[in-house]
Amino acid sequence: MSDASRALATASQESFGRIVAALIRVTGDWTLAEDCAQDALALAVERWPRDGVPANPGGWLMTVARNRAVDVLRRADVERRKLRELALLADQETVPPATGEEDVVDDRLRLIFTCCHPALALEARVALTLRTVCGVPTADIARAFLVTDSTMTRRLTRAKTKIAQAGVPYRVPTGRTLVERLPGVLAVLYLLFTRGYDADGEPAFADEAIRLARMVERLLPGQPEVSGLLALFVFQHSRRAARRDADGNLLTLDRQDRSRWDHAAVAEGLDVLSRAGQDGPYAVQAQIAACHATARSSAETDWTAIAGWYDRLVERQPTPVVRLNRAVAHGYAYGPAAGLALLSEARAGGALDGYPPALAVEAELTARRGDRTRAAHLFRAAAAMSDGPTERRALSSRADELAPGLA
Amino acid sequence: MKYLMFVCTDTEPDTDPTAAPDIEKWVAERDANGQRLMGDRLAPPTAATTVRVRGGELLLSDGPFAETTEVIVGFDLLECADLDEAIDVARSHPMAYAGRIELRPFFDPNA
Repeated sequence: MSDASRALATASQESFGRIVAALIRVTGDWTLAEDCAQDALALAVERWPRDGVPANPGGWLMTVARNRAVDVLRRADVERRKLRELALLADQETVPPATGEEDVVDDRLRLIFTCCHPALALEARVALTLRTVCGVPTADIARAFLVTDSTMTRRLTRAKTKIAQAGVPYRVPTGRTLVERLPGVLAVLYLLFTRGYDADGEPAFADEAIRLARMVERLLPGQPEVSGLLALFVFQHSRRAARRDADGNLLTLDRQDRSRWDHAAVAEGLDVLSRAGQDGPYAVQAQIAACHATARSSAETDWTAIAGWYDRLVERQPTPVVRLNRAVAHGYAYGPAAGLALLSEARAGGALDGYPPALAVEAELTARRGDRTRAAHLFRAAAAMSDGPTERRALSSRADELAPGLA
Repeated sequence: MKYLMFVCTDTEPDTDPTAAPDIEKWVAERDANGQRLMGDRLAPPTAATTVRVRGGELLLSDGPFAETTEVIVGFDLLECADLDEAIDVARSHPMAYAGRIELRPFFDPNA
């Protein structure tokens, strides 16, 4: 990568959301803000390789974007106040004092709360956050959501129109409203991370989720669940290099080469976790992730502690999937029979019917109880039901190991 | 911004009229701080008359234009800075507990 393209990649990652957020604050026009940020990046692609990278790439981009916005607004003949505020905006950027910096960063936090407003559909919140705050191209978002470009464009446009028409505020809420809204913002970040972390997901989304979680933690200190979520992300992400074998197949925790885990990230996760408390659902999940991350080998995993955390989590989130994972933990801590008993509780009322991981868990517990043939059948059934190719391969190969002749 | 607040009944079984705040208090407070410009209760849908003109001819029919189980029983006209303020007004109305409320912003050609 050349200097210019490296500088461009870094600057666009760091600046896009900031520029969009600042322009939205001043103009109130989402489309204008995005277009101008995009134009600034396009101009950088053209200029930087030829003229060299400017001393302050972020400031350069902000100034170009600001000038575009001024041009457009001047042509549209809007009030003078907006133009005056735009002029101030670029001045803050070109001389980057610490105070101006914080104002601009705050814009991005405002933008996240607007994008994640509960008056928007959940899928639209995730997509809008990716597009507006992270600057992910619409085509990439469309691919991750398995829809066409034009469908995603329409969905984003509809969300932005709703924001404008319904008067969704551009503000970080306070008091009771902050307490009510923060879980929704974290849920969007969690979904974003999951989209990146899924077997066949878009890995860059996981990085974006971590960047956003770090930013929210910095800008909104004293919120334990934000730290809990960030710690959870960091622990999971620390295993990214060890999650797959040479052929790209998924490896379960017990099969991963732990020397390939990112131990600096684990240390950071523990540090973040110390701010997360032990009460919120994300904090508890992060505690579980920490138990795994700090076990020197699979055999040394403290399953009794993990089972205890799951007991706590199931009180806060009594969902079928949490119950399923609790069955796994108890299966390791207290033997496969205990796990199978909790599994049938989790399945009560058909709650996990058609969910391949439930079959895979039953298969694993059955194998550990010694019934290899039945376990292989269950793994194959789980594979047949699974819709991700990587997941399917992993399940089939478990079946083959247990009962090689039995395809 | 102006919002029209539709106050509706709800057939879902999870409504909770016992927890609902007092309507007189709500009206008095929201009038006093300028968030409620006007509002009233409506007669039941059986009193509705639907009016259409087709091909120059007046067509009248008895009842609302759509038969639904949830009905609009009242409305309030709100003046609020943004949606969050309007939500705050709506959530403290008794029918948010005993029914449902729909917030519709006035049409803005610039939005």
